[in-house]
Amino acid sequence: MSAVFSVAGLNKAFGGLTVAGDISLSLAAGDRVALIGPNGAGKTTFVNLVTGHLAPDSGRVALGGDDITGLGPTRRVRAGLVRTFQVTRLFDDMTPREHVALAVLQRTGRGGRLVGAFEAMDDVAAEADALLDSLGLAEVAGRPAGEIAYGQRRLLEIALALALKPRVLLLDEPAAGVPQADTPRIEAALAGLPPELAVLMIEHDMDLVFRFARRVVVLAAGRIVFDGPPADVAADARVREAYLGNYAHGRGSA
Amino acid sequence: MTGRRRKAAALNPLLRDVAGLAAIVAVAVAGYWLFPDNLALLTRIIAMALLVVSLDLVTGYCGVATLGHAALFGAGAYAAGIGAVHFGVTDPVAMVAVGLVAGALAGLVAGVVMLRGRGLGQLVLSIAIVYLFHEAANKASRWTGGSDGLAGIAPDPLLGLFGFDLWGRTAYVFGVVLLVVVVALLRVLVRSPFGMLCRGIRQDPVRVAAMGASVDAALVRMFAISGAVAGVGGALNAVSTQVVGLDSLSFTTSAEALVMLVLGGAGSLYGGLVGALAFMWFEDFVSSVNPFHWLTVVGALLIAVVLFAPAGLYGTAARLLGRLGAWLGARLGARR
Repeated sequence: MSAVFSVAGLNKAFGGLTVAGDISLSLAAGDRVALIGPNGAGKTTFVNLVTGHLAPDSGRVALGGDDITGLGPTRRVRAGLVRTFQVTRLFDDMTPREHVALAVLQRTGRGGRLVGAFEAMDDVAAEADALLDSLGLAEVAGRPAGEIAYGQRRLLEIALALALKPRVLLLDEPAAGVPQADTPRIEAALAGLPPELAVLMIEHDMDLVFRFARRVVVLAAGRIVFDGPPADVAADARVREAYLGNYAHGRGSA
Repeated sequence: MTGRRRKAAALNPLLRDVAGLAAIVAVAVAGYWLFPDNLALLTRIIAMALLVVSLDLVTGYCGVATLGHAALFGAGAYAAGIGAVHFGVTDPVAMVAVGLVAGALAGLVAGVVMLRGRGLGQLVLSIAIVYLFHEAANKASRWTGGSDGLAGIAPDPLLGLFGFDLWGRTAYVFGVVLLVVVVALLRVLVRSPFGMLCRGIRQDPVRVAAMGASVDAALVRMFAISGAVAGVGGALNAVSTQVVGLDSLSFTTSAEALVMLVLGGAGSLYGGLVGALAFMWFEDFVSSVNPFHWLTVVGALLIAVVLFAPAGLYGTAARLLGRLGAWLGARLGARR
């Protein structure tokens, strides 16, 4: 299957510290990939390189066969590369319905219109309501986002990304900080993502990773040390070394 | 939610806007009957209110604080004045149009320059802009009259029918009509997709960019729109006072506009109107009662508002009314 998203030979160093070393990765439509790695492995740097917030020293990023390395973050979003944020970024005074409508208006090129309210644009309002309904946010759709529960705010992050109809979705720790009782709702939302969408999820919660991902990529010290099915990841020597350091060898010899 | 219910929900803010415009007209009519000898002051308040509302667009809606907004107001005033004195454009409606265009251009320049900076640097750039505009008007005295001001502006009768009289009746009515039209258009603007985008930018520009919208392009556009509104206010001032002075593009006027906005409450347009009216009426009233300590009283009032009503006069009143409405609704609902 042809790759809808790929990075090839991505390098980035801050001074003498390599934060991304020759990273190559590709996703096909419908892929569910989890990117994991110990703290400081360079996951955030990788996200910033992919979204265009950081320029790589070398290497290229391609979306649907087109080189997007030279595009800024906003243009990449328009090309179909959408991210969610690890720390929820929402407009606290605005309602979930307004959030999603704003995203739909941007996607359909009507975000700059000077007249007409979205409530009167039937397609926009209907799409926003349908999306919020599918994520179980219908009952809070009219409340200011600053007043809704944290789990619902995380779901709204996902709704915003989906409203942009991306080709590739970067989920930056979608379950971060969500109380245990609410994680099933996040998982249900992830399970309901459009089947043709390519998803790269960065996550610490291993239960979530193993339930969601059909492929796991492990990053350590800026380099990919493992790329394969979830079943093999725990047994891999390099992954164990990355997470456990010398203890990995200690246990191995005992 | 069905389409019909959605339309009904959209009707509600529309009704509120009609009520708001009706309130402006009611206050304007009351002012006309209560203070027939003070129409010049009332017209100046309207011109200033236009500046404050225009500031509300960039500060209240987009979250960009500026201490140089009078540059846009002054650009409109000087353009209308120069057009009248040097080029014979003396029709009052045409003068306002000239002011609108000049204000929009000045807004474009101010926006492009200010968006180069962030935070404090941006604030300093805004001050630099108003100083540069002020200095340009001061130096180009052949066109602007320099520090003597630009005199000899003689607008034609409005629509060829109503001359600008000594009591300022025509100017006042002209100002009220301009204000109502501008506020009506701006209410449409702030509820539009673009207005919603700007509210988003105020709260989190990073999130807006992650939606694929260009933050800087939206802000520059809003600066131009804001400049057009400020330019209309400046032109109204030129038409009504028939003179344009350097104070119209001074740092002091800029700062006072920001004070009025905070006093009334940012982010609703109406707050800017309330702030301009309250501040200028209070200034006039207190300075006539006690010409020596009026600034002290104005300062004390501002501190009281910022401490006890941080949402501004209008914002706080609207919040209290909203709570009262919710309380009444709950009581009535319980009784049923």
